[in-house]
Amino acid sequence: MNRVVISLLVTFIASSVFAQNAADAFYDPAEMAKARAALKSNHGGQLNSLILGERLEYQSNDGNPLSVWEAQGWVGGDIQKLWFKTEGEYEVDEGRFEEAEVQALYSRAISPFWDLQAGIRHDIKPDPSRNYAVIGAQGLAPYWFEFDGQLFMSDEGDLSARLEAEYEFRLTQRLMLQPRLELNGAFSDDEDIGVGSGLSTAAAGLRLRYEITREFAPYIGISWNRTFGKTQDFVRAEGEDSDQVSWVAGVRFWF
Amino acid sequence: MIRLRQKKIDRRRFLQKTAAFGGALALQATMPAWARSGTHTDLSGLKTLSGTQFDLHVAAARHTIDGEQGRAVLINGQLPAPLLRWREGDELTLNVTNHLKADTSIHWHGILLPFQMDGVPGVTFPGIKPGETFTYEFPLIQAGTYWYHSHSGLQEQLGHYGPIVIEPKSSDPVAYDREYVIVLSDWTFEDPHRVFAKLKKMSDNYNFQQRTVDDFFDDAAEEGFDKALSERLMWGAMRMNPTDIADVTGATYTYLLNGHSPLENWTGLFKPGERVRLRFINAAAMSIFNVRIPGLPMTVVQADGLNVRPVETDEFQIGVAETYDVIVQPEARQAYTLMAESNDRSGFARATLTPELGMVAPVPDLRPRPTLTMKDMAMDHSTMDHSQMTHDGMDHAAMGHDKSSMNKNGTHEHATGPGVVGLAMNPTNRLAERPNGLEDAPHRVLVYTGLKALDRNPDTRNPEREMELHLTSNMERYMWSFDGVKFSEVDGPIVFYKDERLRLTLVNDTMMPHPIHLHGMFFDVVTNEAAKATDPYKPRKHTIVVKPGEKLSVDITADAVGDWAFHCHLLYHMHAGMMRVVSIRDEVAPT
Repeated sequence: MNRVVISLLVTFIASSVFAQNAADAFYDPAEMAKARAALKSNHGGQLNSLILGERLEYQSNDGNPLSVWEAQGWVGGDIQKLWFKTEGEYEVDEGRFEEAEVQALYSRAISPFWDLQAGIRHDIKPDPSRNYAVIGAQGLAPYWFEFDGQLFMSDEGDLSARLEAEYEFRLTQRLMLQPRLELNGAFSDDEDIGVGSGLSTAAAGLRLRYEITREFAPYIGISWNRTFGKTQDFVRAEGEDSDQVSWVAGVRFWF
Repeated sequence: MIRLRQKKIDRRRFLQKTAAFGGALALQATMPAWARSGTHTDLSGLKTLSGTQFDLHVAAARHTIDGEQGRAVLINGQLPAPLLRWREGDELTLNVTNHLKADTSIHWHGILLPFQMDGVPGVTFPGIKPGETFTYEFPLIQAGTYWYHSHSGLQEQLGHYGPIVIEPKSSDPVAYDREYVIVLSDWTFEDPHRVFAKLKKMSDNYNFQQRTVDDFFDDAAEEGFDKALSERLMWGAMRMNPTDIADVTGATYTYLLNGHSPLENWTGLFKPGERVRLRFINAAAMSIFNVRIPGLPMTVVQADGLNVRPVETDEFQIGVAETYDVIVQPEARQAYTLMAESNDRSGFARATLTPELGMVAPVPDLRPRPTLTMKDMAMDHSTMDHSQMTHDGMDHAAMGHDKSSMNKNGTHEHATGPGVVGLAMNPTNRLAERPNGLEDAPHRVLVYTGLKALDRNPDTRNPEREMELHLTSNMERYMWSFDGVKFSEVDGPIVFYKDERLRLTLVNDTMMPHPIHLHGMFFDVVTNEAAKATDPYKPRKHTIVVKPGEKLSVDITADAVGDWAFHCHLLYHMHAGMMRVVSIRDEVAPT
């Protein structure tokens, strides 16, 4: 009984497939099926990728210079992507990493301009290292503001958040002035890594870049970094400045 | 990876180069570059093949433009591919051999033929494998100017295209003393897959004509601060860019005319008083051109291969894959510049028409780049033409409206999702309007409603069925689709039934003009909405440019049974998914 139904179904599907693809009557249907699959993937089904080095820069940091990086990239289709992010700071004189963070996220386009992202973050530095679960949204707000907001839950159970916003003034076809703001906050203390609850750090920057090509642009700028609240206390206890204005110079690139 | 070189020929560089060129080659300066090369067999620079048997060889090649070598895919080593001269009524045999490492194909653009000879891999045949020879055989049942090109991958961008001229069986209603084929195209030294990848990463990366802070202050000085600001805020609120006229621009393209750069200056000769027929073919991958010959009016006699009532103009826009035949009659013993500006004015292709070699005419400046307007967003309520919203003269009940695209209130429901920035709230019929950037040109400009078929339309029935299709996109993600669905996601073809007469209404929800091409059939452009039932001289085309914010209709007689490709002819839009298969079934339409 089942066998009859199945064979009828197979016959029906085969004949309807035949009816649906006129070229099968003239060419080897197996060859046509291969060509159809290739046609589909070549017309909207491609995998794409991006590597974007947003900030690869030197910060003067009041005589204690830092190398700072922030980069991200993705591999995927139009809707679903695997997204990587990394950022950190290297103290040039002392030859050590102050912060080093990597994220691996699943990203899904949920609207024309916004991606919802979830995944993991691992902080190699500071010590002790931490792992976090991440959820965030990245995209383009009206009036061309770029946002990236993320919530982190650490393996110690501490909840924290980060918001980055950028805007670009086009001075000429190749000269861009980019204000940038980053806020970090925590919902509880994590004294081991020097984070206190409340607004912990803020960075405001203004960078002027020249796009020699769209893909490669050196820049100069200024960055103001400051800590707040308990985080500020932790930083001061370590004998570091809680309020710094730095000259910056770096490159932005993508490929 | 980092490219420091820009391939833009701006006017200054063009003049510098021309000067240097003239100085260094003073002895040969009276001859155009292509004439000196000695590789071309006729004055038009196009190698011609005629007859009924053809052997075409597709192979990888190095090709030199302005002294720089790039990778190309050519047919018989030519760019453009050989001009194929056919005769209406002949039976053709074309052997196409693939010498590439990848599959290839040839699609005969605009030719009416059995679908299995149409040359679209995955739709009408499996494609031509490396080392294989595929034989196309079909009878010719039409005359006119057409072209052929690859439908595989992005080979079209690499030079895999050529012109076709079919002589009519009976006498040609167009009289002329001399003719030239003018193949317009765009050339890049970048790998086309890299071009597409860059668009996916940063969709505005080729646009070097964006609005700057300076422009804002200029506008503020001119129109007042409030107006300039509110206009910027409006575009900003929508995250749309009013300078997004072309995705791929003169920043990477060298625009070619019969395979020659503006510097190489392709030249055609005439004797004063002669009627010269110019057969324009836009074989570009991504570039729409505005064509004019300052000082010389053009009489358009054919569009997309079919004769139209002669209409005189000073400028016309030619969308990708369209063809226009014009007659010019230069009386004076002087040279003329044929100017084909890309529609974003980031570059141009150029030729010289002259009574003797060596004479040239001034090359006009590129005009200022246009911007998009509220009307392109279909948000300009002042232009709303209510008479065009009604289906006057049509039996509403008898028409199978595609209900999904209309709700009860008659307003449009858009496809939604990450791939659709839905905009056309109030699309209008813009067939009588000049194309973007030519609104204020101080001379005549051809519009679609200016075209009337010379021969009576073969089918003057009213459509029995109407389908509506939206052209959709998200420029930010470089996503292009129909009804918000990419070809890669689409489930099955659009089904037509044999011999049914149907109306296809295209609504452009995007901010770009799209040259939409249907394989296998001509469609009748409904240029006169009020007289559509009675107008038996609608222009018939294979490709039509749908303007931003436009809603237009074409009537189709589904007489060609088989599967046919239907797509935007901007190559990277098609590659991104702006494509469908139209399947004409040998069945009676269900009622």
